[in-house]
Amino acid sequence: MKEKLYKWIFTILAFASLIFLIGIVIVLFKEALPIFQKVKPLEFILGRAWYPTYSTPEFGILPLILASVWVTFGATLVCVPLGVGSALYLHELAGHKQRAILKPLIEILASIPSVVYGFFGMVILTSLLQNLFHLPTGLTALNASLVLGIMATPTVCSLADDALNYVPKSFREASFAVGANRWQTLTQVVIPAAGSGISTAIILGMSRAIGETMTVLMVAGGAAVIPHSFLEPVRPMTAAIAAEMGEAPMGGSHYHALFAIALILFLTTFIFNIIAEIISRRFRIKLGLSG
Amino acid sequence: MKKNIIQNLGFIALFLCILITLFFLGSIIYFITVRGFKVISWEFLTQGPRMGMTQGGIAPAIVGTFYLTLGAILFALPLGIACAIYLCEYSPKNFVVNLIRISINNLAGVPSVVFGLFGLAVFVKFFGFGVSILSGSLTLGILTLPLIISSAQEALSAVPQSIREASLSLGATRWETIKNIVLPTALPGILTGVILSIGRVAGETAPILFTATAFYTRGYPKSVFSEVMALPYHIYALMTEGIHPDKQTAIAYGCSLILLFMVLMISGVAIFIRQRQRSIYG
Repeated sequence: MKEKLYKWIFTILAFASLIFLIGIVIVLFKEALPIFQKVKPLEFILGRAWYPTYSTPEFGILPLILASVWVTFGATLVCVPLGVGSALYLHELAGHKQRAILKPLIEILASIPSVVYGFFGMVILTSLLQNLFHLPTGLTALNASLVLGIMATPTVCSLADDALNYVPKSFREASFAVGANRWQTLTQVVIPAAGSGISTAIILGMSRAIGETMTVLMVAGGAAVIPHSFLEPVRPMTAAIAAEMGEAPMGGSHYHALFAIALILFLTTFIFNIIAEIISRRFRIKLGLSG
Repeated sequence: MKKNIIQNLGFIALFLCILITLFFLGSIIYFITVRGFKVISWEFLTQGPRMGMTQGGIAPAIVGTFYLTLGAILFALPLGIACAIYLCEYSPKNFVVNLIRISINNLAGVPSVVFGLFGLAVFVKFFGFGVSILSGSLTLGILTLPLIISSAQEALSAVPQSIREASLSLGATRWETIKNIVLPTALPGILTGVILSIGRVAGETAPILFTATAFYTRGYPKSVFSEVMALPYHIYALMTEGIHPDKQTAIAYGCSLILLFMVLMISGVAIFIRQRQRSIYG
């Protein structure tokens, strides 16, 4: 009797994550849908003007979406070479002792809070970039890309390193046996074998960059215009939500529009995570690991 | 010959990658430590802000972050451990378990600002908790749930199957086995996960932006329904609000140093313990 009771308690509590996830989806839809009675979904997504506080407000979030895309793209350019390169270094070149220090160090660095990265971008990088490119302001898409990229690097590195470690030793030995040197083995055997694991790492890194809020809020500059260059200020979706929610009257159009942005953001990262999940499952099957 | 030159160039490139990474991360820590250290004093740590955020300390923000983190862990810990116990000890391998696993993974990937909006709509508005410690803690708790579940799961599955079987064969029931054998063995691993989540929760800003924080409160919070100041939000607010940017930046350096120091210490301890456990259990 008692046994069954405990089993039921654990079963019910185990559903908490599922309930919260469903709760988030319901809340986002419920609070976002009213805006689509005023603005058509397509106009909302493709509209080029974001003036939510004007007397005749305009809710077009294309500038915000493009800003997110640009900044995420820029961050990927930074975090992929640095993260994957560092992982390859850890895997191939670092000795046992070096690895024992570097691996935990990088994990610890992954825990630096995003607001600290944002602060660093504001006080150090901003003036550096401003002087370097002679800009009116240093708070730009470039600044946000750099900070986000550095921030995502430890995550990408840790995950890519795990993927590399899953590649069986026999693969390398077979490659050495046919006369390949270490570099050839690395680029032609180990990396392709770990390829889907590394792609998962990259996708999760990108997903983190898209959803990151505080850093872009602090360093991206905040101008809700369609970006033309990396040297202009931009306002990514997360920054728009965080910056404007405080002033948006509860239950008004602006409030609902911000929830709609959050919904789009949620769906985007949701798709990214599903893709990462599918790829990593295939990767494990390919290398003969349990699902 | 040529292939060895390529190999050397390649290896140099990889070395540069990790060097650049460590350089950037090192310089963040360097600048914040050097400039933050100048502001920190006993007064800075124990008093509230004075003179329109240009003098005084950040004590209420430290206290606020402590309350928020404590609340979040109190909420997420029982739920997370229960979920991990179900998945590791009771779960039949079926559709439902897969569904729970997938939802945990996806919950972990939800952007933090979306959690903030969820907290705003549900805890602040729907349940009427208002902008308060309670709303903020619950929001942070949900955010950290996946992290607690996955580390508890890792700890539970590291417990050798043979110990469970020995206990069951002596006539102990499933629950007795879990309570007396499995949980005590897995405890250090579970604690590591908890410490890691503390580090994560303490530094989160976006989820508490609209659910818990205020730039300035008079004195310390009086109940779970009070607004609070919090360290990470305080850094953001110092940099973007107020009327004395220069003096505020100096205080923000101090704030960042305290936050960075706290978070790095906390996660450093957790990662160190985990590293040792992994090498013991292989």
